[in-house]
Amino acid sequence: MSLSISIQHSFDGFALDVSFEAPKGLTVLYGRSGSGKSTIINAVAGLMRPDNAKISIDEQVLQDSGAGIFMPAYKRKLGYIFQDSRLFPHLTVARNLEYGERAAKRSMDKAQRERVIEMLGIGNLLDRRPLGLSGGEKQRVAIGRALLADPQLILADEPLASLDAARKAEILPYFERIRDETGIPIIYVSHSANEVARLATTVVALEAGKVLRKGPALDVLADPTTMPMGVGQVGAVLNVRIRAHHQDGLTELDASGDSYFLPHVTANIGTNLRVRLPASDVMLATTRPSGLSALNIVAGRVEAVQHTGASSAIVTVSTRAGAVLARVTRRSVAAMALDVGVPCFAIVKTVAIASDT
Amino acid sequence: MLLDFSPAEWQAIALSIKVSFVATLFSLPLALTAAYALARWDFFGKQFLNGLVHLPLVLPPVVTGYVLLVVFGTRGPVGAFLQDWGLVFAFRWTGAALAAAIMAFPLMVRAIRLSLEAVDPKLEQAGATLGASPVWIFLTITLPLSVPGILAGTVLGFAKSLGEFGATITFVSAIPGQTQTVPSAIYALLQVPGQEDAALRLVLVSVVLAMGALLLSEVLARRTMKRMTGV
Repeated sequence: MSLSISIQHSFDGFALDVSFEAPKGLTVLYGRSGSGKSTIINAVAGLMRPDNAKISIDEQVLQDSGAGIFMPAYKRKLGYIFQDSRLFPHLTVARNLEYGERAAKRSMDKAQRERVIEMLGIGNLLDRRPLGLSGGEKQRVAIGRALLADPQLILADEPLASLDAARKAEILPYFERIRDETGIPIIYVSHSANEVARLATTVVALEAGKVLRKGPALDVLADPTTMPMGVGQVGAVLNVRIRAHHQDGLTELDASGDSYFLPHVTANIGTNLRVRLPASDVMLATTRPSGLSALNIVAGRVEAVQHTGASSAIVTVSTRAGAVLARVTRRSVAAMALDVGVPCFAIVKTVAIASDT
Repeated sequence: MLLDFSPAEWQAIALSIKVSFVATLFSLPLALTAAYALARWDFFGKQFLNGLVHLPLVLPPVVTGYVLLVVFGTRGPVGAFLQDWGLVFAFRWTGAALAAAIMAFPLMVRAIRLSLEAVDPKLEQAGATLGASPVWIFLTITLPLSVPGILAGTVLGFAKSLGEFGATITFVSAIPGQTQTVPSAIYALLQVPGQEDAALRLVLVSVVLAMGALLLSEVLARRTMKRMTGV
């Protein structure tokens, strides 16, 4: 199942002109506020009607301005998870969950209902009203409500943005499970590099109403020209596997032959993970450094140098596991003669676990 | 004995309640429609409709009564037409109900419109994404969430109907047993010396009915609020 989107829309001096495909899996629309990502998701939902658009899921046309087709939101078979949950305050949690099914006058698939309630851990909330729920609970119920509407497509508009860090960590795994277990395509709007690294199958990076870059998550995130959230958020993402847990509390990761160490990870040896290496936490050296406290030093070759400001640059180093990005000064680039093809070493200070893959 | 009502007084009280009940019953759906249109739709002539709805509130009641007489009288354009269908307003209790309904209409529309506008359209959008048609959204989200305002508007309309005087007496006069409601009965009693006791009795009845209606609306609004949000 694949979603095909092409939208041209202008309002208040802002012009949106995008066109992309969202294949199976989770597609993140990644960009700053004002980049047009919410407009796109609302156009897909049918909540706003762009000047000109062609939106279709496989053969089913949701909107085609040329042909005068506009399917109203309620016929599109969606599950939309809003940032602000939007639970119905006058209905119990159970009635909120049943809303989609009653609206469509479908009969309930009891097993499916039980599975969703169990997965989200909301069985003890069913008789409560939304007003008394915590932010995390509300959002879990909202996810359940969207899933139980029997959607052919799930839309999520910054579903974690209004939650604190602990609640974010509570909700994130559910999106991974929906992505991996249901097979329903998901369009997920975010401006968080961490969420993108953890969840995305495909990334569509947006800036000022244009698609900056689109493609598989790892490729887009490793491309220093793709910086919709600013140079501070750039960082490579690598697929790794847990190689060993050491006596001194460190966990060793295997990245296609390169080793990375980080404080104990609670996962079994052999588990596949995604890690994110923020470019601002990577230093470069032209000779293998010694007498350095950093543990994670990998060899590679300069693949590209991208100037990102008057004084700074992003250097892409190709290593055995893929591209690693380093944010350095242009003065260092000149002093170290970091031209394309030069062998060098990347000293990685931060390795952040992004997700199970 | 002060609370010893004469049959004529009972008649006026019963008629007032009947007139107000019928007036409220028939104007509620129309008031809901008008309030919804004013709250949610943009259309040509919206300001005109808004003005028309509010006109009875600002016109002298006697003018409203006169207009009703001209339009709905037996020789009026609408009155003559409806008479062919067996519905007569002029100098009948139905006319008193029509006058009361028209006078109460702006108050009902205002209260209902406010409560409809207070319903977050984002919730209605959420309903649409879950597959609810516009009618279903109205019935399951918009309407239940505006129930407190609708109740308040209904009670306000009912109380206004009970007290309607100017337009009613102009349109249908004050025929005892037919169109003489409590306010016109009080007025008639005050025109005759020595009837102060009877007038006072009906005044007390008016106060009790009005207060009762207000208290009832308050209790109902609180109850629905509690039922809806669980607090």
